[in-house]
Amino acid sequence: MLTYILRRILTMIPTLLVISVLVFVIIQLPPGDYLESHIAELQSQGESVDEQKIAFLREQYGLDKPMPQQYLKWLFGMLQGDFGYSFEYELPVTEVVGDRLFLTVLISIATILFTWMIAFPIGIYSATHQYSWGDYGLSTLGFLGLATPNFLLALVMLYFANVYFGTSIGGLMDPEYIDAPWSVDKLISILEHLWIPVVVIGTSGTAGMIRRLRANLLDELQKQYVITGRAKGLPPGKLLAKYPLRVALNFFVADIGNLLPTVISGAEIVAVVMSLPTTGPILLSALQSQDMYLAGSFLMFLALLTVFGVLVSDIALAMLDPRIRLGGGSK
Amino acid sequence: MSTPHFVSREPFDPHSIEALTPAQERYYRASQWQLMWWKLRRHRLAVICGVILALNYASIMFSEVIAPYNLHTRNTEFIYSPPQSIHLFHEGEFIGPFVYGRDYELDMDILKRNYPENRNLVQPLRFFCQGDSYRFWGLFEARFHLVCPPENGTFFLLGTDRLGRDMFSRITYGARISLTIGLVGIIISFAFGIVIGGLAGYYGGWVDASVQRLIEVIRSFPELPLWMALSAVLPVNWSPILIFFGITVILALLDWTGLARAVRSKLLSLREEDYCSAAELMGAKPGRIIGRHLLPGFMSHLIASATLSVPAMILGETALSFLGLGLRPPVTSWGVLLNEAQNINVVALYPWLLYPVVPVVLVILTFNFFGDGLRDAADPYK
Repeated sequence: MLTYILRRILTMIPTLLVISVLVFVIIQLPPGDYLESHIAELQSQGESVDEQKIAFLREQYGLDKPMPQQYLKWLFGMLQGDFGYSFEYELPVTEVVGDRLFLTVLISIATILFTWMIAFPIGIYSATHQYSWGDYGLSTLGFLGLATPNFLLALVMLYFANVYFGTSIGGLMDPEYIDAPWSVDKLISILEHLWIPVVVIGTSGTAGMIRRLRANLLDELQKQYVITGRAKGLPPGKLLAKYPLRVALNFFVADIGNLLPTVISGAEIVAVVMSLPTTGPILLSALQSQDMYLAGSFLMFLALLTVFGVLVSDIALAMLDPRIRLGGGSK
Repeated sequence: MSTPHFVSREPFDPHSIEALTPAQERYYRASQWQLMWWKLRRHRLAVICGVILALNYASIMFSEVIAPYNLHTRNTEFIYSPPQSIHLFHEGEFIGPFVYGRDYELDMDILKRNYPENRNLVQPLRFFCQGDSYRFWGLFEARFHLVCPPENGTFFLLGTDRLGRDMFSRITYGARISLTIGLVGIIISFAFGIVIGGLAGYYGGWVDASVQRLIEVIRSFPELPLWMALSAVLPVNWSPILIFFGITVILALLDWTGLARAVRSKLLSLREEDYCSAAELMGAKPGRIIGRHLLPGFMSHLIASATLSVPAMILGETALSFLGLGLRPPVTSWGVLLNEAQNINVVALYPWLLYPVVPVVLVILTFNFFGDGLRDAADPYK
């Protein structure tokens, strides 16, 4: 088991390296370096430019050096916890990111739990009642969730939540709690707001999950051990819960890898619409103002989150399913 | 005495012992594509969705004719006008399709424009008529429309926006961009997928390993932030058309991975087949072997899976344009239209600005169902 985890972590390293190269290329894509555009912007607004600070930053991030060297500098900076400097906020990126990343993680986990709660019963029902009206109806419902643009659903739900439940519009808690210390009321306020993004993001991933679970379970249901069980007279409910469902459960954990990118993508855009204090709005504004180091670090964080999430799900899967760690070991 | 060996002198016709019914014969002789068509035809939902899609795509050829107004016609007296419904009967009397005229009043409390229906103004719609003049596909002047607003009246089936532009017309024009962006994108990602997946599958070894890694990386990345980053990079001074192509390429850049994987895994097994070795021994070049001998064997699968990835692109464009990172006016897509509905006030006061979402959902649903049917039909020999 330990060797499996170790090997899994080792394969993560090249993946992250490639991602970092991709992100760096994106950071460098806009013409000129970001200091130049920043200076130009300041000057066009008639503000003065702090030459010394610019020179210091240029030195700090090696902007006068060739590309590969800049990349290495950026990479090693990140390894030491220096993710660059945001010009919009005039703060190191890590300070801007702060809690926002935590909230993104919180929403993502809540969304995955929600997706599971919805997809699990529907998937089982669809597989055991294949081609029934319920199967068709629920699949269509799932598809409808997939087809509705997240941002619009968020907007509409925000409105109706405000009209019917009096939830304040935007944000993750009522305004009076924003700077308040943690309390039960604050937690309740957060929960009142959290369900909307969770439901909205959840709808886009649920359809895929239902379909994959259904296909998986259908495969299991046709296997011989199910027929044997049925032949010796096991009641259908017990048979289902005892064998095929447990096999399909493994898949549930494994499917995080498919779900996570969708969830994080969805979280970004929904956060923009609902102005949640997560990474979404800042990423958007960083991109719009071409504050590329901030944007790049965000991309890097999000990728890290995904890769790490997949790692956790892989390890959980290996714990659940001996075939995986043993199969991996014999390779 | 053994019986003499007897051979009939009659010419032997093998068909005489295993005669095929005409139906069987038709089936056995049918080409792969014919079989696929027959199989697809049995999938009722897929066919219906295919027809809806075909109609949608046909409509973009004649957007100018279908739309009662032009894309940019402003009706300044009718800003944020709610939808007008079509009536057939006026006070129990059959008149044919008509709309009631509108009055205008300003609600001074909330400064909202109201357009109450004037039940005395019966304005019959005109069909196959001369209306706003337009340049058909930018080629020649014409004024012919399917439906025109009544004389001295208006016809806003889905209301108007903040400049008094007819939403229905704008949605009709928007289809042109939104629907083509998916198709153009899929063509680009198809090319990427076949070339990269083909190289990986045919050569194997380190080429394969590195392509696999790259695909893994791209797939593990949340799509939308990456799309956002790439489209933010597009230069501001590009013309809207260039931006359109830029966005398409960006959408395609992340989409080819699924196709490349399919191509690779198929090629890995197919390249061991005898016919492939035969072609190799005869001196065919890798490009020819892949393109001429291997690809046609699973082209149908590729097309089916490509169909299934169009919706993601259409949604992607919608999301990007909604955020203001995608297409920019005057290019009008459904996403650009929804960009105006960003505000919560819109949901409360002018909900008809959300209508562009209806065609988005419809097209995505139909693409999914059609693609599903296509995938089932893709292997007709099963």
